[in-house]
Amino acid sequence: MSDLPTMELQPSDVPLVSRRLSRRALLGSAAAVAGSAAVAPLFLHLDQLVPRTSAATGVAIDTTHHRWAMVFDLRRCDGCGKCTTACQETHYLEPDQTWINVYELDDASGGGFFMPRLCMQCEDAPCLNVCPVRATFKNRDGVVLIDQDKCIGCRLCISACPYEARYFNWSEPTNKPPEGTVPTPEFPSPQRRGTVGKCTFCVHHTERGELPSCVAACAMEAIWIGDLDADVATNGVETVRLSTFLKENDAVRYKEELNTGPHVYYILGHGQDLGF
Amino acid sequence: MAVATIPHHLPWSSEVESAACRPMASPGRFFWPIAALLAALVAAGFVAFAYQFLEGLWVAGYSDRAFYGIYEANLVAFIGVSYGGALVSAVLRITGARWRAPISRMAEAMALVSLLVGASFAIVHLGRPERVLNLITSGNASSPILWDFVAITTYLLATAMFVYLPLVPDLARVRDHLAVGSWRGRIYGLAAIGWADAPEQRRRLEWAIGIIAVLLIPLAVSVHSVLAWTFSMTTRPGWHSTIFGPYFVVGALYSGVALVILVVAAFRRAYHLERFVQPRQLLLLSRIMVALGLVYLYLTFAEVLTVGYTRTREEVSVLAAVLEGPFAPAFWAFMAGGLFIPIALVALPTHRRTGALVVAAGLVVVGMWLKRLLIVLPTATAPLIGDVWGSITITWVPALITLAATAAIPLGMIVLFRFVPILAIDEVERELAHRAAQQGGPA
Repeated sequence: MSDLPTMELQPSDVPLVSRRLSRRALLGSAAAVAGSAAVAPLFLHLDQLVPRTSAATGVAIDTTHHRWAMVFDLRRCDGCGKCTTACQETHYLEPDQTWINVYELDDASGGGFFMPRLCMQCEDAPCLNVCPVRATFKNRDGVVLIDQDKCIGCRLCISACPYEARYFNWSEPTNKPPEGTVPTPEFPSPQRRGTVGKCTFCVHHTERGELPSCVAACAMEAIWIGDLDADVATNGVETVRLSTFLKENDAVRYKEELNTGPHVYYILGHGQDLGF
Repeated sequence: MAVATIPHHLPWSSEVESAACRPMASPGRFFWPIAALLAALVAAGFVAFAYQFLEGLWVAGYSDRAFYGIYEANLVAFIGVSYGGALVSAVLRITGARWRAPISRMAEAMALVSLLVGASFAIVHLGRPERVLNLITSGNASSPILWDFVAITTYLLATAMFVYLPLVPDLARVRDHLAVGSWRGRIYGLAAIGWADAPEQRRRLEWAIGIIAVLLIPLAVSVHSVLAWTFSMTTRPGWHSTIFGPYFVVGALYSGVALVILVVAAFRRAYHLERFVQPRQLLLLSRIMVALGLVYLYLTFAEVLTVGYTRTREEVSVLAAVLEGPFAPAFWAFMAGGLFIPIALVALPTHRRTGALVVAAGLVVVGMWLKRLLIVLPTATAPLIGDVWGSITITWVPALITLAATAAIPLGMIVLFRFVPILAIDEVERELAHRAAQQGGPA
């Protein structure tokens, strides 16, 4: 049992030595922003998480590891679906391929609420374990990706995913990126017929310090992207210390009892019942 | 190539030989029309598969909320019936049940042919069939599909050996009847690997058959358990169940013995084997079928009661869909037509005629296919978030491919019996000699 959620929810007062520099820089900026309640430029804070370029050699220093996480503030989500549209435009998906899907669910008191669901980037991902050809893998930052050149299309990962987060390319994609775009696991566009696709946490954006498309598109500022190691998160407007933010808002993870260790947190607010 | 694999005029040395080899020499005037019809169906199935390969799996009616369907049910059902053939022959062989002799060749051939047909659905259901060798080049040992791959290929090799070894003395007989040096004689000579009925050869052959027969049982159990685990190693309601391994094994046996009854009854009539295959064989087979059916009924009851009693939300919604929801007509049709009626047909003394046994076996084969669909579809379409169910579209592509697979089993068998004797001549003769010795007179 490593990487327990409860551990992540503790304020991390003792930073790991190897991450000290980036953490200090980040926490400093996070505190400044939070203190002044200023509206920061969208990309500023994520940008500080990505590898710096060595001034001496001009070569990227590849020492920064992340553990990307997302937080959905369900108190703010109004179910507009802009996240879904932005995701589909970014990845050139078909209309029924809702890598981020907004479910309308009933809460315990008989009312309704909206719950966006993307890939939970599980710590112990069932989809990864069942893939017979290792087409599903985890990159070094804890993001679960798919090599669509390897996938045989057996769909056992769709079966194994408790979150309905995986989508099959039943036919040749009709939406395609500009000619010459070579699909990679990080940016799998165009999608390959006969293989499985899913949310990539927009690693092609985050590795450049940019926000995932759904985060950037959310008009309600309800979606946060952050780094569990650096302990910082942003919704594009505000920046917070992630552990404190999760703890103070009693964030939960969906289907915690399955022990998949999702990297996606939900902040409930109106008596919603995610099954806990 | 000559129409007959064996010349008509060969002087067969015994009545058994003559009956067993008659399909090789002259299979009857209905052979070619039937073979042509079955071959046309199989060819149509290949065309449908080619269309699916070019177009993508959407032509099979799948969607993201109905990701498994008919092909997966076929995979379980067709590999399942293979086990029945293997069991009848292997278990009865090990336990020394002498009545098996006239049906063992047909049962073993059915096991091999249906396994080949069933395993092909593991390819047909893939989104990228052409990449199937990735299982070898970058296999992941923790995936149940890799276990399937290893188990099925091992079982296929063992089944092929199990069909071949008892064939050796029979192939030698065919060889001995053919002209020395003729091309047919040479081929059968190679296949008979120098069999001369020497005591040492017989001792070794029986030892080898014994080993394969014993090995085949755990191998077949592993294949059906692993197929079950492909479903139950997920957290999906309806699949995540400890009963699934044994449930699949018993279901495979039940449907498989039923198909053995159909196959034996059909060839008995078509190839005039009544002298060797008697109503007694069919009756004993149907008793095995009923025993297995009762175990399957018990396991179904245990599954439904355990899930339904505690009423876990997700599990109960799938169970309710099966018992009283959209899948209920199919489920109760299976309970009646696949379990109660066939069991009654065999169990009630007044109905124990061959015709009734064949009807019962036919109901079991069709009912168990429906049951496999009822295992796959409700869970594959059940929502894991919210309450919107997925739905599958029935299209002509899987319908045609399923029909082709169904036709491929009789086609494969009648073609096989053009090249090898339909009875295990050697075993049947020894059995007849044994009976004659007991009765103190000629057989």
